[in-house]
Order: sequence, then structure tokens, then C-alpha cells
Amino acid sequence: MQRESMEFDVLIVGGGPAGLAAAIRLKQLANEKGTELSVCLIEKAAEIGAHILSGAVMDPRALNELIPDWKEQGAPVTTAVTEDRVIFLNETGGRKVPNGLLPDCFLNHGNYIVRLGNVAKWLGEQAEALGVEVYPGFAGAEILYDETGAVKGVATGDMGVTREGEQGPAYQPGMELHAKYTLFAEGCRGHLGKQLEAKFNLRDGVDPQTYGIGLKELWEVPAERHEPGVVVHTTGWPLPSDTYGGGFVYHLEDNLVAIGYVVGLNYTNPHLSPFEEFQRYKTHPEIRKYLEGGKRLAYGARAIAAGGLQSQPKLVFPGGALIGDDAGFLNAARIKGSHAAIKSGALAAEAAFEAVTAERQRDKLAAFPEAFKSSWLYEELHKTRNFKPYMKKGLWMGSLLFGFDQKVLKGKAPWTLHNSSDHDKLKPAAECPKIDYPKPDGVLTFDRLSSVFLSNTNHEEDQPCHLQLKDASVPIAVNLAKYDAPEQRYCPAGVYEIVRDESGQNARLQINAQNCVHCKTCDIKDPTQNINWVVPQGGEGPIYQGM
Amino acid sequence: MKILVPVKRVVDYNVKVRVKADGTGVDIANVKMSMNPFDEIAVEEAVRLKEAGIATEVVAVSCGVAAFQETIRAAMAIGADRGILVETDVELQPLAVAKLLKALCDKEQPTVVICGKQAIDDDSNQTGQMLAALMGWPQATFASKMALGDAGGQMRATVTREIDGGLETLEIKLPAVVTTDLRLNEPRYATLPNIMKAKKKPLETVKPADLGVDVAPRLATLKVAEPPKRSAGVRVADVAQLVDKLKNEAKVI
Repeated sequence: MQRESMEFDVLIVGGGPAGLAAAIRLKQLANEKGTELSVCLIEKAAEIGAHILSGAVMDPRALNELIPDWKEQGAPVTTAVTEDRVIFLNETGGRKVPNGLLPDCFLNHGNYIVRLGNVAKWLGEQAEALGVEVYPGFAGAEILYDETGAVKGVATGDMGVTREGEQGPAYQPGMELHAKYTLFAEGCRGHLGKQLEAKFNLRDGVDPQTYGIGLKELWEVPAERHEPGVVVHTTGWPLPSDTYGGGFVYHLEDNLVAIGYVVGLNYTNPHLSPFEEFQRYKTHPEIRKYLEGGKRLAYGARAIAAGGLQSQPKLVFPGGALIGDDAGFLNAARIKGSHAAIKSGALAAEAAFEAVTAERQRDKLAAFPEAFKSSWLYEELHKTRNFKPYMKKGLWMGSLLFGFDQKVLKGKAPWTLHNSSDHDKLKPAAECPKIDYPKPDGVLTFDRLSSVFLSNTNHEEDQPCHLQLKDASVPIAVNLAKYDAPEQRYCPAGVYEIVRDESGQNARLQINAQNCVHCKTCDIKDPTQNINWVVPQGGEGPIYQGM
Repeated sequence: MKILVPVKRVVDYNVKVRVKADGTGVDIANVKMSMNPFDEIAVEEAVRLKEAGIATEVVAVSCGVAAFQETIRAAMAIGADRGILVETDVELQPLAVAKLLKALCDKEQPTVVICGKQAIDDDSNQTGQMLAALMGWPQATFASKMALGDAGGQMRATVTREIDGGLETLEIKLPAVVTTDLRLNEPRYATLPNIMKAKKKPLETVKPADLGVDVAPRLATLKVAEPPKRSAGVRVADVAQLVDKLKNEAKVI
């Protein structure tokens, strides 16, 4: 069956803050100039916002620029930050850092606590109202190139392909979407972004990207435990000080509390389980005091790109650009990236609009990286660029060095430190201490499966597995033998399971792909990079409701 | 032949619903909504009848708030030709919907109405039956197979129904109401080109008052509560103990 195709001026792959900001900015410019401009946005989630998972404290700076009257337009950005609490936890207690000692990047006055999925949904409505064609439920499955090798768009995935790769009775071919420029906004570790980086050598001369996995739950708590506007960040327990990570508790509106935990994916002990670290994190007296008597409403997880400027790939290539976390715009030191995503999308949109207006197509949008370089966003990211490398030196030394860098040098240190890749950091299991995680109590702490249940995730079972193994023997011969199959633990959704026969022999890796919450951690952390995450059928995966 | 297909917008079947803290209902703020799965089967069946050259037009109709337009567009993406939304903010109960559908049937004069047997939100399983009664039409509910044909100048539907312990096949005169069960068909995936085309199909909006229907609710919801939590089970030592417990504690045997 032949794929249908359609032409647009600009195609955007991914409906998060970056992609939607780009779409909105493009149509704003076209409407201002009175020119016709066709903009199409596809999103793999069943609806806009359903794959968005973030803390989130949002700096409104980029939103102020994009939609100055966002308040009047009813943006779900209503809970202003009232107080920052940064706490170093030990096993039984914690020490709050006096706010006077905190670098500016840790202070959130003027920022908002948001449910980023709801913000994305609202941005989607704004985009549609401006005339953007928004199509959730369709994943960009394949990059299309023209005869000169420039990106000419993407194809959405086929539907109704069986597990064996045959065309089933419900088979429907994907569709080709062609454009003068294609902006990739898939978020952290986009599976197309990864291919673009390789094809156009976008990572030449930059540091490897470094990542974290963020796990999050949404709780409804008793009114007396709820302090709307309070932002709590913690570091220290339960992670050892040589492992980068920390937790957050954000008090939203309506007695809702977002609680989450981030673990740097450069951790070395293969026995570590980010999911279980998060679960036991909630039992700390400084944390459980906010949750007791409450009810867990939602759960999810997502990898984040934390490398900052040093790890940013080249942003443009013939026919398109990487925006948002597809290009690693997140500011790890500020623990936020949605403002950076919005800004990067808007800047790319301006470059693309100018190019389309000049009747150019499928060349490099050089104006985008130039505009970024002279923007406040570059200045901000440059100032905190050494955060992640400092933190490699351990929690105490890292905090001290970063504090000095920010408070004394004001981020203007004459050195730029470097990042290195995450996947090759694991030590053999035999050389590392086992970690004895407590059993879940079903009240404050939970197991993986009851958690995944709350992500509303769903995949058609009869389709090719979207977690591909380059070499099927590696999970047992390398991962299990050397690292005790770490994918069983770093996957926050119980996708990877080592199963054995009744005699306890013949171990094999079972991949429960239908549990996948699209966090991309396996694609990042697998020690030999043997796991390749590709998109399943469009419209599948988690259905987060304002995460 | 015209087929009318009523479609309802409900909380997506993958989403775990949550009862509002005040017990007045289920929280649907920011919750993903989709077409009721049984209605999707109804649309698919109607579109297949059109593709087979039996039906000439498929009209998708819905009753509810403005956002129900999305559900009608979804029906159009499967293949419905046009849509009608009866727009109202009032909470609609099955009888009110049946009356609205009657008014639309009077206006549109369809030969068959195919609707889902029930909606997965309130599970009422009433609207199709009430509509048939109001129209004075035959009805065939829980269809797992249906065929339309002409017998001696009279259009008829042959409908296989799933009943306890087997299947029942009915033949009814048209016009009629058929409600769909799960095994009638497997709805197709709405493709991107079809979703794009659906955006351009005609969608008319009317108000209940335009149809002369009073939609005021007649039932009051007293309280909505989550099912009680299942208490922990016990492990029994042997069959004898199990039988003993069933007999003396649970008193079920």
C-alpha cells in the first residue's frame, strides 16, 4: 500500500513546550505579517500533554515573551512559588540551607509551580486557535531525506502491524509529512534526534550528553499538610554521596503535591534501583510529613538531559533543527527546562519563518544558533554550565565548588568542565555492595506494577516490540553475567524481567513492552547500548493527566 | 439508505477514574476523553455498510458540551459523512438523549440507527431501547453480527445477538434500532489522512430547544463512592480448611 503524503511549510515533531512554542511563534509571525504559512505538529501521545512529565517549577520568562497575556488566556499557571526550602538529608533528619547561602539559580521567587502536562495541553489549544494543525496520536517513526540528503520530513508509523512484522487485518500505512523545515521536539533522547545526531555528526566536538531519570508521583494530601507555593528540594539520603541525585516536593493548588526523585544516570552500582530509591525517599521524616493521610493519584517517569551547554549537539542541519530537550536545553542547576524549551522553540521558529519568507527551503537554519548565542537563555545556561561536572566530584565537594562558582565567581569561571557518557559507568555487580530496599507498605511506598497502573499506560500487544535489541544474546551473556541485569532495576515500569525455568536455569530476558512509559532510560543506560528505543504505534504509552 | 450513529464522549477506557473528594461524581477535569468504545463499533459497522454499497450516508450525532465535537470528528475520521451536535451544558440522562435522538430521527429519517449498547461511563444500557420505544420501531440489542437486505419489498435487518448460552438471530423490519456488542467488528485505526479529511466534513450544531426537547434531569445523583478496598486474604492450609471456612465463616456452601 502506497503511503499518502502532504506538504507543509514547517513540520514539528513532538507536542511538548518546545514544539508547541515553535508552532505558536510561527503562526504569530505569519499572522502579524499577513502571510500564509502551513504548520503541522504531530505528537505520539493520545492527546497533547499525555506524555509530559516534569516537576515542575516554571520560570515564566519565555512564556511572558511568547504569550504576554497568558494570564488572561487562562494558562494553568496559577501557583506562585512562596518559599524555597533546600535540605541536605541524612538518614533520620535534615539540615536546611539558609536561603542567603543559596546561589541565585536555586531561588524560585517569581516562578510558578505547574502541572506541565496541563500547560502543554493549554499551549496546544493556543496553537490550534492560531491555525496550527495539531495531530496527537501520531508518532514520527522515520526521518525522510530528499535527494540532496537534507531532511524533508518524517513518516508516521504504520498501524496494525503484527508482532512478527506482518500486515495484520487492521493494517494502515503511515503517512509522509513533507516540509521545508522540520523541527524535532521529541524531548530528551528523541529516537529521531539520535539518528539525526549520527547522520549529520551533530555531536562532533561536544561532550557526550549526560542524563538523569526523574520519577514522580502526584498526591492529594490533607488540607492541613498542604502549603501551596512551597518548593522543597533535597539532596543526600537515600543516595550515597558519590551518586548524583535529589528529590523535590512541590505544593501545587487544590491540595495536590508533586513529589519526585532524580538519579543521575552516571551511577556506578548496578544494584541501584532509582524506583526503589524514590520509594524509600518518601519514608524520610522530612518528606513523609507532607504525604501522610494523603492518597497517591498518579505515577510516571522520564529521563532528562542534564549536560547543559557543553553537551549540546549542533542545533541545525539541512532541512531542520533540534529544539527543547531533544537538543538538551534543560538547565540542571536550576532544576528546570520548560522555559528553555519554550525559548528554543520560539527562536527556531523565528529562523524558520524568516527562511520560508525568503523562499528558502531545506538548508541550515544558521540564524537559530546565532540567535540562541545572543539570547538570555545562552547567558543563563553558560552561567551554570559547570554544575553537572562539579557534581561528579560527589555531593559535598560538588556543592561547595558549585557554590563558590556561583556566589563568588558569579558563573564567570574561566574554565569549562567536561561531561562524559553514562552508559559505560557501571561497575561489575560483584564489585559493588548489594542494596537492601525495604518492602513497599502499600500506603506510602508501592511496588512497580501498582505504580505503572497509575500511569494509564497501554500498548497493543500484537505489534513489533518497540524495545529493540541489537544483539539478543547480550542481555544474558553481558548484562546478567556482569551487571546482574541492571535493566530490571533502572526501568521504572517493570518492562525488563529476567525469567528462569522451574529449575532456576535458562535465564532469559522478557520484555514487557506494554508497560513502557516512554522514559528512554534503557536506551541511555544499557551498558553496551544494545537497547534501541523506537516508537510503538501512535497514541499509545502512558496517559498522564497533568504530570 | 441513511444510517444515524449516536456517539458519546466518555473518559478514555485506559484512564483510571477518581471520585471527587466531595462524592458528587467522577473528576473529569483534564482527563483524557475518547469515543465510547461501543459507539466506535457502531460507527465502524455503519461505515462498512456504506463501503459495501448498502448505505449511502452515515450521520454521526452527539449530545453534550461543545467539546463533543471532537467525538463527532473522530467518527468522521472513521468514515461518517457528516455530523450533528446537540449542544447543551445540562447533564444528560438516557431518556433525555433518547428524546433528542427521536427529534433527530424525525428530521433525518434514517433507515437504521446503530448505537453502542451502553456507554462505559454510566453503564446505563438504556438509550437505544428508549429510542426504539419512542419511535415505535423494532429493536435488536447486543448485536454481534448484522446484515441488511430486501425481502419482498420490505427492508429488513438480520441481527445475531449474544445471549446466555448461545446466539439468537432476529429478523426485524426497518427502520429500526440496533445496538452493538463487543464482537460485532474491530474498529479500524483512524489514519492521519482521514483525520485531516474529517476536519473539513460538515458539522451542524443545534440546541435542545431547537428540537423542542426538555432535557432537564429526572434523576438525582445522591452519592458517588469508590469501591471498598479489598481486605487482605488468608492462606489456608488444606482443602478441608477451605471447605470449612466456606461453610462456616463465609456461609456460601
